[in-house]
Amino acid sequence: MIRVEGLQKFFGEKQVLKDIACEIKDNEVVCVIGPSGSGKSTFLRCLNALETAQGGTIQVDQFTVTDHATDLNILRTHVGMVFQRFNLFPHMNVLENICLAPMSVKKISREAAVSKARELLKRVGLAEKENAYPHELSGGQQQRVAIARALAMEPQVLLFDEPTSALDPEMVGEVLDVIKSLAHSKRTMVIVTHEMGFARQVSDRVFFMDGGQILEEGTPEKIFTAASNERTRNFLSKVL
Amino acid sequence: MFSWFRTDIIAEYMPLFMQGLRMTLLLTLIGVSCGTALGLLLGIGKIAKAERGPWKWPLTVLMRWPSQLYITFFRGTPLFVQILLIHFALVPTLIHVDDGLLIRGEWAMYLKREYGAFISGALALTLNSAAYIAEIFRAGIQSIDRGQFEAARSLGLNYFQTMKAVLIPQAFRRMLPPLGNEAIMLLKDSSLVSAIGLAELAYAARTAAGAYSRYWEPYLFISFIYLIITLGMSYFVHLLERKYKTS
Repeated sequence: MIRVEGLQKFFGEKQVLKDIACEIKDNEVVCVIGPSGSGKSTFLRCLNALETAQGGTIQVDQFTVTDHATDLNILRTHVGMVFQRFNLFPHMNVLENICLAPMSVKKISREAAVSKARELLKRVGLAEKENAYPHELSGGQQQRVAIARALAMEPQVLLFDEPTSALDPEMVGEVLDVIKSLAHSKRTMVIVTHEMGFARQVSDRVFFMDGGQILEEGTPEKIFTAASNERTRNFLSKVL
Repeated sequence: MFSWFRTDIIAEYMPLFMQGLRMTLLLTLIGVSCGTALGLLLGIGKIAKAERGPWKWPLTVLMRWPSQLYITFFRGTPLFVQILLIHFALVPTLIHVDDGLLIRGEWAMYLKREYGAFISGALALTLNSAAYIAEIFRAGIQSIDRGQFEAARSLGLNYFQTMKAVLIPQAFRRMLPPLGNEAIMLLKDSSLVSAIGLAELAYAARTAAGAYSRYWEPYLFISFIYLIITLGMSYFVHLLERKYKTS
């Protein structure tokens, strides 16, 4: 369960998150949509404290993210993240990328980490790429490795920050397929995305953000067919 | 045409030149290796930062500020002055027969007599190069895409694990060429320690020159030696640059 109350965030003078409040249930899949600069990514990054909230409270399961006594390293083993630009470690091969955190943070043996990594690679359809380096892979393949890397820590919450925005169009599908296959499997997922068809298909609920606020939330049916907010309708009419 | 060039002076003093060359190379090696170790600490110290939590102030007061102060001092003052300060002020305070802060008595006397200038010279070059290498490290680490840091932290790695496994290995490749250039600078600057009587290459030339009151031969000769080594090193740096440019 994720519970956010009164979340405030400023970049210098500019307020990018204004009093955000929301609740996300266990195993729920939530897509966050909205125009660029609406604060979607910042909101997501506050959930695992990559951005420090300047007001309000964030509770992610047993962790009070906004409490300064919370050990962020433990929180982050519980909350995985997939980035827009993959951020694979370029000096490590695929297997090493996936095994680094389980071995150095969870202190899992190399054998156990490797066998887990192979299982995950099979799941994202890259079993034969375990010795490749990131620069030898396509964008879509890199993002699938990044997903496997996040899964290797067995997080209860997975955050996706525009996972397909940096991909060539023909590779978007393969990454979305992997994300769909992860949905509804004992894991809470929060996905910031511009892929409206995907959002509609995969999510239990959709948040529409604009100007640093969640202006509307609801089931995909409601948001995409019968949005009550003027700005939501306006945005959707432009992107759909 | 070159009959005025008295090669016999070079020949006579060749053992001294070779001994001096060995000392120059040893000083450079110590300066680069110890300076790299210390420079890594200082470079990380200068950018160590915690957004929040119990480490925020200790990091700032015990790491950032001292590192910044050190780097500013050693980059902002002449190496020659640092050598004199270390040889005539710092080292006698630390190593002294009666009241050395680190070493006293017989042992202090022995060290001073046998290795006095060497300790000061090696220390000065190390401390100086550490400040420059710290800046190379800082620039190298800060040149790595911020996403690398965030990806590592998002997986639960702490600051030091992130540095060690993700940032330093990537930064190190980018740092090799500037580190090579720093080694070249250090090799040339090591000639300054001849001022405190350490028998390296420039000191050997001074000795030979003094004996015959001839200056062209010894100083041209050591210039030639310095040139060969620095050219060799810059070629090596060039190879490194080429090797790491692609990746």
